Amino acid sequence: MSAPSPAPKLPVSLAANPRLSSWAKFTGEGRVTISPGKVEIGQGIVTALAQIAADELDVDISRIEMIRASTAASPNEGVTSGSLSIQQSGRALRHACAEVRQHFLAAASERLGIDASLLAIDDGTISGPGNVRTSYWELAGDVSLDHDATAGTVAKSAAKRTVAGHSVQRVDVPDKVFARPRFIHDCPLPGLLHGRVLRPDVSGAKLIALNEAGAQAVSGLVAIVRDGGFAGVVADSEAAAETALKAMRKGATWSAGEPLPDEDDLAGFLRSQPVETTVIETRTAATQKAARTLRRQYTRPYVAHASIAPSCAMAQWHGDRVRVWTHSQGVYLLRADLAIVLELPAENIVVEHMEGAGCYGHNAADDVALDAVLLAKGAGDRPVRVQWSRRDEMFHAPFGAAMAIEIEADLDKADEITGWRHAIWSNGHAARPGRAAQPALLAATEIANPYPRMISSNPPAANGGGGDRNSVPLYDFAAWTITSHRLLTMPVRTSALRTLGAQGNVFAIESLLDEIAALRGEDPIEFRLRHLRDERAKDVIRAAARRAAWKPEKQAGIGHGVGFARYKNTGAYCAAIAEIEGADDIRVKRLTLAVDVGEAINPDGVINQIEGGAIQATSWVLKERVRFDRARITSASWTDYPILTFSEVPAVDVEIIQRPEIEPVGAGEAAHGPVTAAIANAVQDCLGVRVRDLPITRDKIIAAMELTS
Amino acid sequence: MPVIEFQLNGAAMAVDADPDQMLLDVLRGQLGITGAHFGCGAGECGACHVMAGDRAVASCDMPMWSVAGKDIVTVEGLGTVEHPHPLQRAFISEQAMQCGYCVPGILISAAALLKRNPSPTEAEVKAALDRNLCRCGSHNRMVRAVLRAASEMATS
Repeated sequence: MSAPSPAPKLPVSLAANPRLSSWAKFTGEGRVTISPGKVEIGQGIVTALAQIAADELDVDISRIEMIRASTAASPNEGVTSGSLSIQQSGRALRHACAEVRQHFLAAASERLGIDASLLAIDDGTISGPGNVRTSYWELAGDVSLDHDATAGTVAKSAAKRTVAGHSVQRVDVPDKVFARPRFIHDCPLPGLLHGRVLRPDVSGAKLIALNEAGAQAVSGLVAIVRDGGFAGVVADSEAAAETALKAMRKGATWSAGEPLPDEDDLAGFLRSQPVETTVIETRTAATQKAARTLRRQYTRPYVAHASIAPSCAMAQWHGDRVRVWTHSQGVYLLRADLAIVLELPAENIVVEHMEGAGCYGHNAADDVALDAVLLAKGAGDRPVRVQWSRRDEMFHAPFGAAMAIEIEADLDKADEITGWRHAIWSNGHAARPGRAAQPALLAATEIANPYPRMISSNPPAANGGGGDRNSVPLYDFAAWTITSHRLLTMPVRTSALRTLGAQGNVFAIESLLDEIAALRGEDPIEFRLRHLRDERAKDVIRAAARRAAWKPEKQAGIGHGVGFARYKNTGAYCAAIAEIEGADDIRVKRLTLAVDVGEAINPDGVINQIEGGAIQATSWVLKERVRFDRARITSASWTDYPILTFSEVPAVDVEIIQRPEIEPVGAGEAAHGPVTAAIANAVQDCLGVRVRDLPITRDKIIAAMELTS
Repeated sequence: MPVIEFQLNGAAMAVDADPDQMLLDVLRGQLGITGAHFGCGAGECGACHVMAGDRAVASCDMPMWSVAGKDIVTVEGLGTVEHPHPLQRAFISEQAMQCGYCVPGILISAAALLKRNPSPTEAEVKAALDRNLCRCGSHNRMVRAVLRAASEMATS
């Protein structure tokens, strides 16, 4: 007898927010409003979610209005991160809309006197035999959606979907080419004032005295706001606010700062700090004496978010209630932290999302929201908009954490892997707001009763982990031990940046695999395929290899390399092949990728995300490194923190392996690890040197050559 | 403050402005024209590009005294929904963005290029966009869109 099938469960976001009307509503004149709790951060999620809703409801996508997330009304879906929006919001919407459709079919059946199974829906019109018809909008008054979703509703089968699975044009793109205000930066509120906050030029310095006279004299100044070491200005124009801030800086006295590590010995720093050690996973096998053990260390530097727009927010007080406009990834989480700092009940705070520039993780969006709230206290009931400077964005926002990774691989006489030990030293990769008893916001560490700076931690392994993300190999080695050492000190502020630890871990694993394959004289792709059991994993590697005509004949000055990972070991599969040209500098000419996200809701959207991830990863690998001396971050401009330019961008070719029957997962972080590894492996192929410290610059190549010779 | 006269998106403008104030501040502040974006304030990212004659320039780094008498075009002046510039059409066709914050500046740089060189090569397009940064990695789509617009303009 087979085991009874488990009781059907609601998708996780819908279980947390079961009220159907909080997700979908039919409004006047043939419109549908859809309210996801996830937000647009440049990844095209709003369009993909609209596609899912259009499909389940059988309405044209142009009828759908996507509502921006707000704590006033939206489902609470936590944070838009981790490539989880399609998984969480998409599944919830698919289920909720399928159930909404059923309710309307039942109501139509009653009104028309025809069995629901004989009714069809076409663009919101419900019709049946004998040319009888009604519509969602005619029935909207009779059908209440103010009740909870029930488990067991069955959404359309993949074959019946006509919108999801197709490359629909993004709903936000026309506004952006015609410059219709959509970004928070461009949306003035009536009576808007402008604020700027004074931040130190030395890491960890505190404001201890302030002569306000210079700022007071600035024409257009509305208020100077002080709260302990937090100080800022409010003025009637941005220019006046900037002038006042400059004057205020001259009157500021700062404490000594906190020393920063040696940027040229990150591994030494990371490996000498107090840590919390977690064994992530062990696998044991009958012990076999290793013929030899390879021990290799890999590092990656701190990496900046470096969004093109500096962070921006607006806030407006009405008595003891405040309204906040933000490009935060989590409106409810930000509200929770604001409530702690302001000592107000959460109900007194409404946090509303507006789009910002591309967001790649926990940047300064939340910090600037608290800045705006604090400065707006000096503006009566007028709204205040605060925008960070480029310098503050590159200096005071959290960075992706630096990592040192050591792998020991035990090899037998035939250089087959018999044991594998992977250890990570890194700060935590998450210090997001709204998840702890203390706030994670920058200004909370500056106010009169300051909170300590939150030391970043790591999400649990069940959520993909943090520093340990993608550290457990997907390959079937006989034995392994994976250990994560999380730093308990944090001189450089770190939090979530795209992939968390996965970029570093995949770089390390895939680099060492290539080295071992070379020892064996085995093709690196064959070597990987031989150690994989998961057919979807093998398929993406084979597809990328086929597309890149692996392995092209060896030519002087050209190198090829491969990298593979399944993001978080539970998400999208991605294989990358890099073709590079190496002379004095490395130039990545072409990246060929294959990806499997299960059902690709919007294939062009998936390709766009993979292309973008591949190009961003190329930028990280070739150029990016947060620079600092012992006192301050020194890479606070585009000159000092260069990113890849148009002329340096490789051609990127992406193949999607469509699996419409498999639940969709996100694509935004799948490419970074594989591309990083593919480039490093191509450098070895081209120049015969293995660079184990990112970024792969001319200096690192020379250093690696000296080490080899 | 002196009155500074210039052409903006085809119309005559006269604004009271401090001659040392930057054009971007005047556009976004006094005039409420928000297509040109602030990115760095140092002329390094291209988000604030506007066209002056047939050149793309950083409006965050362009004092008002130097704007006097110039013919300035912002993204708002390129085209409208009803009468889009071929570049705007092409950016939609190619879905040439992710977040889109850098797009107004890139459209301007591309429009200036096409004014000077109506049939650029791919390398010329890339070189013309090298002063514009894109962090999302939509570069290749944007280059394709510019080439598409160029070929459309050549055949129309």
